[in-house]
Amino acid sequence: MTFTRPTFRHPELAPNAAGFHRRDYEGLISTLCAGCGHDSISNAIIQACFELALPPHRIAKMSGIGCSSKSPAYFLGKSHGFNSVHGRMPSIATGANMANRDLIYLGVSGDGDTASIGMGQFIHAVRRNLHMLYIVMNNGCYGLTKGQYSATADKGSKSKKGPANLLESIDLCELAIQLGAGFVGRSFSGDKQQLVPMIKAGLSHGGLAFIDVISPCVTFNNNPESTKSYHWVREHSEATNTFDFVPFRQTITTEYPEEVTETVTLHDNSIIHLHKHPLGPDITDRRQAIDTLEDHKAQEMILTGVLYVNPESLDTHEILNTTARPLNSLTEVDLCPGIGALEEINAGHR
Amino acid sequence: MKPLESVNDFVIRFANVNGSGSASANNLFAKAVFRMGVPVSPKNIFPSNIQGLPTWYEVRVNEHGYLGRRGDVDMVVAVNGQTLRQDYDGLVPGGYFIHDCSKPLPETFQRDDVVVIGIPMTQLCNQTFDNPRMRPLLKNIIYVGALASLLEMELQVLIESLNKQFRKNPKLAAPNIQALNLGYQYAREHFAGACKLSMRRSDRVGEAIIIDGNAATALGALYGGATVVGWYPITPSTSVIEAFGLYAEKFRMEADTGRIKAAIVQAEDELGAIGIVIGASWNGARAFTATSGPGISLMAEFLGLAYFAEIPVVLVNVQRTGPSTGMPTRTQQSDLLACAYASHGDTKQVLLFPCDPRECFEMTADAFDLAERLQSPVIVMSDLDLGMNDHQSPPLHWDAARRYDRGKVLDAAQLEALTTEWGRYLDIDGDGICYRTYPGTHPTKGSYFTRGTSHNEYSGYTEDSAAYVHNMERLQLKWETAKGLVPLPITKIRDPQAQVGAIFYGTTTHSAYEAIGRLHGLGVAINSLRIRSFPFQQEVMDFIAQHELVLVIEQNRDGQLRTLLINEGNLQPEKLLAITSFDGLPVASRFLSRVLDAALQERGLLPPTAASGQGGAQ
Repeated sequence: MTFTRPTFRHPELAPNAAGFHRRDYEGLISTLCAGCGHDSISNAIIQACFELALPPHRIAKMSGIGCSSKSPAYFLGKSHGFNSVHGRMPSIATGANMANRDLIYLGVSGDGDTASIGMGQFIHAVRRNLHMLYIVMNNGCYGLTKGQYSATADKGSKSKKGPANLLESIDLCELAIQLGAGFVGRSFSGDKQQLVPMIKAGLSHGGLAFIDVISPCVTFNNNPESTKSYHWVREHSEATNTFDFVPFRQTITTEYPEEVTETVTLHDNSIIHLHKHPLGPDITDRRQAIDTLEDHKAQEMILTGVLYVNPESLDTHEILNTTARPLNSLTEVDLCPGIGALEEINAGHR
Repeated sequence: MKPLESVNDFVIRFANVNGSGSASANNLFAKAVFRMGVPVSPKNIFPSNIQGLPTWYEVRVNEHGYLGRRGDVDMVVAVNGQTLRQDYDGLVPGGYFIHDCSKPLPETFQRDDVVVIGIPMTQLCNQTFDNPRMRPLLKNIIYVGALASLLEMELQVLIESLNKQFRKNPKLAAPNIQALNLGYQYAREHFAGACKLSMRRSDRVGEAIIIDGNAATALGALYGGATVVGWYPITPSTSVIEAFGLYAEKFRMEADTGRIKAAIVQAEDELGAIGIVIGASWNGARAFTATSGPGISLMAEFLGLAYFAEIPVVLVNVQRTGPSTGMPTRTQQSDLLACAYASHGDTKQVLLFPCDPRECFEMTADAFDLAERLQSPVIVMSDLDLGMNDHQSPPLHWDAARRYDRGKVLDAAQLEALTTEWGRYLDIDGDGICYRTYPGTHPTKGSYFTRGTSHNEYSGYTEDSAAYVHNMERLQLKWETAKGLVPLPITKIRDPQAQVGAIFYGTTTHSAYEAIGRLHGLGVAINSLRIRSFPFQQEVMDFIAQHELVLVIEQNRDGQLRTLLINEGNLQPEKLLAITSFDGLPVASRFLSRVLDAALQERGLLPPTAASGQGGAQ
């Protein structure tokens, strides 16, 4: 285990469009187990934010409790972070977003944090279409308490401890699609090629973007009989599509081959170019998206990729009709009706 | 039997069926008393039900300005068949029983010590009005008209009130005024001089307003600059948020965009509601939530996070009768201990205790300053009686020069100017309060990781025992600092030599002052101290030290304030006598008088001649 990070960086590493280097997006050294899938996801987040040239201090990292929720300490060290209580990240993120709609909100949670104790908070953040990227680092078990099954563990899956999980599993992506998330994807911590552009697209979506990342727990749930192990996922996953993400204002230099069958423009005018089979599902159709997930499940396959996109959904601020200005920037002049109004209110109660 | 006689001093109870539109008629009556310049105190005693169950509305009319519930009923307007017997039997000797004589009273109603006044409300109504949907509502107005005659009220005040009420729909005013006159004329023709209770115009109301505590609380939040609200519906706190929403639409709408300068989020539960408040406050907005007992229990975990991570929270607790679901539409002051020490681990929360709508307004607005100054939760301890009933109150006051105290927050320029390393939990000023930053303030300085795990002065995770202890002791120092910031108690010394003192808070105040005032009239001086906040200041402990016996008067079974005082002040329990009322109704002054008399008599502190005078209006 490494306790210090070398400070040396190659002097000629290029900065991004905003003048930041990749190291400006890094965090503390991880204290998770060596080989933990979560660390790969942290790296993908760093890479995605770097490539999008987001100013680190304009991102707020939110999390709950658990191994996954520790990870925000290991990326974006120049951003404010909030490691809240178990299962409650969505409400904290909701409040933070209500206070300042101009920041970027990145929520990180786990399968225990989201699918069990925080289920209520998760589904209602989705319902209100909070403008945030919600990432679940999904390993099917509770790591910090030593390997109990979580609610996303597949029925019949076996962890290192032995007895199979006999309970039905919860598919967070299906729920998110059903409850109105405007961007839903599933990926694998071992597939950086897919995960980085997916995080970039998720960060560019104008409402709640949900990404479920299967992220094996190397200590408790990485045996071959576990459906959340590296081995199993590599053998049983199928990408619904491959895609390129083109952020708004970025010059398009690539020529797209002809099999590009679908182009989705996000709210900020970023574009997702999907490469998929011509007969593949329409990812802007909710019902097809859920059917496709279920079809793959029936074949014991894990479907990854962008599963559903609805760029037109209204986010919480639009639903509530709140001011375009950050609420935390308003002062007495904007907020206090003054003594004249109070006199009228008093008079109305006589 | 001598009928009760009194001018401007009596209690009327309206016995109605819930959902029958009686509230508007009963309010009309109470407002008319107020508009005749006579202090009035209406109490709604209602069921957890939308339609059908019994509901009562008790109006105390009192020239002296005693605004607490008195107890006993001098006159009942009994228009609910379900409770006719109960209402009849509950009337004090000499009292007045007004009923709808369209249907005769059962033969078993044979009391000879009450005056029965029958008004054929249904008959009059059906003879006069054709619209079957309007009839039940107008029937209620008929009894108000009858009361106006029986009590010699100024009919014109009622007519003006109706015109004001229906100014947007004058067509409705006419039948209402007609119904009022019907009742008035009938009572005049058939019962002239039958009622010895009467009203006379007075000048005892002055500048006062009449408003419910929850509306005043909402206004406090509006004036205090709240912009983010997380909430979950629960009686009796819901109307705080509803009122805030209405005021926000009126006073917070951007003229050019039509958008609102507030975000009111109805959460999935109370966990979500307070999470939203914590997230918003962390991010630099003023945020609040309102709830009641069950919600407090759910919020307890998050209150610990806010205490330990030092995030402002404004929480309004409109207390109701517990435990569990208890009596959700009845009042109590029974969440003191649950709030004072809310959450696991060593936690203490700042509490404020308003006693009337004006204090609801002021303390709620102040709560935002306090929460941000202390970077800690502040709980405004209202209750159902205060929150949901109309109260006569001094007008709401706001200082035009007032600026919000946002507490210790560093902006980009201040971060830039720092010469030493900034630490989120580094106590520079020695008051236990550290400097915080909002997310997004500066590109490279001032970011930190907020956590509920133990942390060092630079907000880094630590399991170092010394660092943990240091942090907990600093939080204790902050608690000491809070004592200098929260509102002081109100002390009334009737006799510096008095052996007995009384301590109370919130809605117990009015009945307590009345009971103590009555004892003073009998030559027994009791000094009093009204607590307005927790932590307790030295003034509270000094007051207790100055008396041999301290009566702690409150509306819960276990004497929770007494427990809190004993614990915080390290006091001898024998010195503090619990005087409690916890039946779910606002504490009655006559009940208190009886209990105080008994307590004092037992200790030889009450002259034998001073027996408590009970009965009807005097």
